[in-house]
Amino acid sequence: MSRPELQAPPEIFYDDTEARKYTSSSRIMEIQAQLSERAIELLALPDDDVPRLLLDIGCGSGLSGETLSEYGHQWIGLDISESMLNIAREREVEGDLILGDMGQGLGLRPGVIDGAISISAVQWLCNADKSSHEPRLRLKAFFGCLYRCLARGARAVLQVYPENIAQRELILSFAMRAGFAGGVVVDYPHSSKSRKEYLVLTCGPPSLSSATPKAKGEDGESCSEDDSSADEENPTVCISDRHRPRKKQKVNKKGKGRNWVLKKKEQMRKKGNVVPPDTKYTARKRKARF
Amino acid sequence: MKLLTHNMLSSNIKGVTNGFPLKIEAEKIIERPVEINPVFLKNMFAKLEWKPLVEASRTMGFSELPEDVPDMSVLDSDEFLQKFHHALLEIHLEEGALVCPETGRKFPVQKGIPNMMLHEDEV
Repeated sequence: MSRPELQAPPEIFYDDTEARKYTSSSRIMEIQAQLSERAIELLALPDDDVPRLLLDIGCGSGLSGETLSEYGHQWIGLDISESMLNIAREREVEGDLILGDMGQGLGLRPGVIDGAISISAVQWLCNADKSSHEPRLRLKAFFGCLYRCLARGARAVLQVYPENIAQRELILSFAMRAGFAGGVVVDYPHSSKSRKEYLVLTCGPPSLSSATPKAKGEDGESCSEDDSSADEENPTVCISDRHRPRKKQKVNKKGKGRNWVLKKKEQMRKKGNVVPPDTKYTARKRKARF
Repeated sequence: MKLLTHNMLSSNIKGVTNGFPLKIEAEKIIERPVEINPVFLKNMFAKLEWKPLVEASRTMGFSELPEDVPDMSVLDSDEFLQKFHHALLEIHLEEGALVCPETGRKFPVQKGIPNMMLHEDEV
């Protein structure tokens, strides 16, 4: 599966059609919600029910922002793609939207933001899409601005899809140079599909509170980084699957199975449809002679 | 765009030392009622720059906020909180522009979304 980062700059890749696709896919919405929920968990805001002012970097159509709203927080979303922001507006998200390029800095006053999240966005900074783009300078500007606008002790949780280890090291080194403490949390490091990397950064010098939280799905020997990231697929962008010819899609599928049929029948029953009862024959294959 | 966001935004054009506050040129203003949350307002109060907020809300046609920085005790009065809440979260700038106080560069606001993208020579 090809990475969208390799196809076109973000403001061009996420045009009207791509933005629409992105937001109409229930699978992407589910993944985005999961990622943002985990990001909020890692953000570790004090548990006192006070709504905070958060920043969503690369907010896109506001899928991640919706999760923030569910938790009751106010948020400001920044994105480079106008089409994505227009969709966010259509969906009437509660946060405020800003069209801007994170590689140019954030343009926010110092010390006002209580926390920042970013879902699948920061790796775009490693691309040089224009002759004037220099990834190192853009990373420096981004992390510098992020550090300044965060309140002291606030956290930033950035979920990233680095292309390889070198890219992750690059991103992390610029975060450290800007003054952040923290590190990378890798959820499900042994799975190529559900493996997710989060940069958990704390504004201020290293302390107990800035210790990197524990990752999910780690086994005993998890410290060794397996290099499955090279062929790692990028689940937010799997829509291209749809464009494969129908026949090819079906090749490796055995059928949906009895559980699936039972689930569907139950759903239909709940809708009030007339559904035949479940018997031992349910979801059995017909004999060949039929 | 809410005035809350306006109060956080500053112009980050290269060479600009004080890009805050951005001046508002309003063409279209809308109001969207939101539920009031006193805890959030009290928390936010310390972080806001009061003068720019008063000025901005004036340009947007709402002039009931006190001119001088009120002290914390005022946050207990419901009447004040209501006004504060209205100015901060319910007035939206829909169409217009934000102007950098130092260079006069205009950042257009369309459909409620400010365009803060810089040109190549401003980075």
